[in-house]
Amino acid sequence: MRILACIKRVPATGGRITLTADERDIDTRFLGFAVSPHEECAVEEAVRLAEAHGGETAVLTLGPDAAADQLRDALAIGVDRAILLETDGSDWDPGATASAIADAIRSLEAADGPFDLILFGNESADSGGYQVGIRVAVALGRPVVTGAKALEVGDGRVTARRQAAGGWEVLEAPLPAVVSVREGINLPRYPSVPGRLRARKKEIERIVPERRSLGPELIRLVVPEEVTASAEILGTGPEAAPRVVEVMRELGIL
Amino acid sequence: MTAVLTLVEHGDGRADRLSLEALAFADRLAGSRGAEVHAALVGPGAAEAAGGLGGLGVATAHVIDDDRLDAYAPAAWAAGLIDLIAAEPFAAVVAPGSERGTEVLAHVAARTGGAMAANVVDVQTGERWKVTRQRWAGSLLEEAWLDGTPRLMTVAAHAVAALEPAPDATAPTIASRTPTLTDEDLRVRVTGHVAAATDRVSLTDAKVVVGGGRGIGSPEGFAMLEDLAALLGGAVGVSRVATSLGWRPHADQIGQTGARIAPDLYIACGISGAIQHIVGCKAAKRILVINTDPDAPIFGRAAYAVIGDVHAVVPAIAAEIRRVRGS
Repeated sequence: MRILACIKRVPATGGRITLTADERDIDTRFLGFAVSPHEECAVEEAVRLAEAHGGETAVLTLGPDAAADQLRDALAIGVDRAILLETDGSDWDPGATASAIADAIRSLEAADGPFDLILFGNESADSGGYQVGIRVAVALGRPVVTGAKALEVGDGRVTARRQAAGGWEVLEAPLPAVVSVREGINLPRYPSVPGRLRARKKEIERIVPERRSLGPELIRLVVPEEVTASAEILGTGPEAAPRVVEVMRELGIL
Repeated sequence: MTAVLTLVEHGDGRADRLSLEALAFADRLAGSRGAEVHAALVGPGAAEAAGGLGGLGVATAHVIDDDRLDAYAPAAWAAGLIDLIAAEPFAAVVAPGSERGTEVLAHVAARTGGAMAANVVDVQTGERWKVTRQRWAGSLLEEAWLDGTPRLMTVAAHAVAALEPAPDATAPTIASRTPTLTDEDLRVRVTGHVAAATDRVSLTDAKVVVGGGRGIGSPEGFAMLEDLAALLGGAVGVSRVATSLGWRPHADQIGQTGARIAPDLYIACGISGAIQHIVGCKAAKRILVINTDPDAPIFGRAAYAVIGDVHAVVPAIAAEIRRVRGS
């Protein structure tokens, strides 16, 4: 089976976000980058499915030259090939991203045959548009399941589970299909040292994508006002316990 | 002015909470333009739920009806909305920022070639509409132009308060439609449900949540948090690092890629408070932090703090609870 995982490079934020002077981007001068969490799981799922059913895996991203780092992270855990839709690093809207990815998939499939399964993250950690996977599926005329936290493939079908009120709902689709996954579907492995060395030597295939912007059209980013509290210090060390329990009583928790 | 259409999800014949929020959002949006709010309801129980929308500012409720819509099928729901949008002009379609609302609207956007803004918190109408939407699960906001006929947006959860029905409730006009569905629309649908294990308090419903992060140090360290949570009738949650390291199952994660909790008290133990964690716990009424580092960002979110090592403080609190309870 042939599986493609589509990923996004995102800044590894943790503290308060600061913006560039034009307010159109996050100031990443002091930040590292990572694969967006849901998509890290999409890559792991692709590798696991190929291990279980045999076949080939590929990883694709739309982003700047530096996004080759995130593609190499995927190659390092066993993905066979990597494709970069190289941009200048500016923010592409979800429609433009999806049409560029759909174009690339069409040309990859024309050369090497269809992907049975195309995996996405349910939403990117940074822009959170919640639509690229669905747009790509619709453009390719394929069924799409979103939000998957468990996946099984067999008999030409994919069966996914996702969280719903009171438990899980099960959705099915015939292959070839598109599935977007959520973190928790698996625990991504760490790359081995030989894996990293292998990844460093592999060639990254590059495509120059066409940008067809659709909107929403970014005006500016805004860091929301932070509601900071001034915490009441109840004490230091285990001696604080009686005061903590007193507060719990005042709050009606005990 | 053309109307604002709101997708209303429902269960047991009633609109659900996020849909009531979406209706409140649509009401504000339409009200500012002197326009009507319409609702669209799909699936079993839609007619009953539509009848219950009186007093919520809904002029017309469109019930999208077809035997083949009994099981949830995202593309078929989208086809139902597209059929309605083609029949009547709407200025905007507003969907709740739920799994289904988001998914259905993204299908509508993809099939009609329109733009869509997810998790919108505010709209300024005018010649062009300016939306404010959440990025990074709300840690960052984006202002953007949203064009389209109609404009497509989902409403961020809890961005607006749900509408309370007005007392002089008149039921909306009910309009039934049967869309033309193709086999392709029904390729993906819900084929079954699996109930969650109910032997413990769920994170999202718990009145007290005891959270642990890197400072817990090992999988075994969580036993003391389980003990404290059990004493308080609460649940244990964790930060992302604890699931990434394999210390705890992902279902326990609080944050951007995990659960959003809203307890009366959240006891954050050995958690520094990355923004991805904060978005998951900011709806807690009060936060008690137990941490050795008084400069950890989570202190800025806390009502109460104990400076100290969780491995000493947590067992001491559990022992004190047992002492005052006389056991």
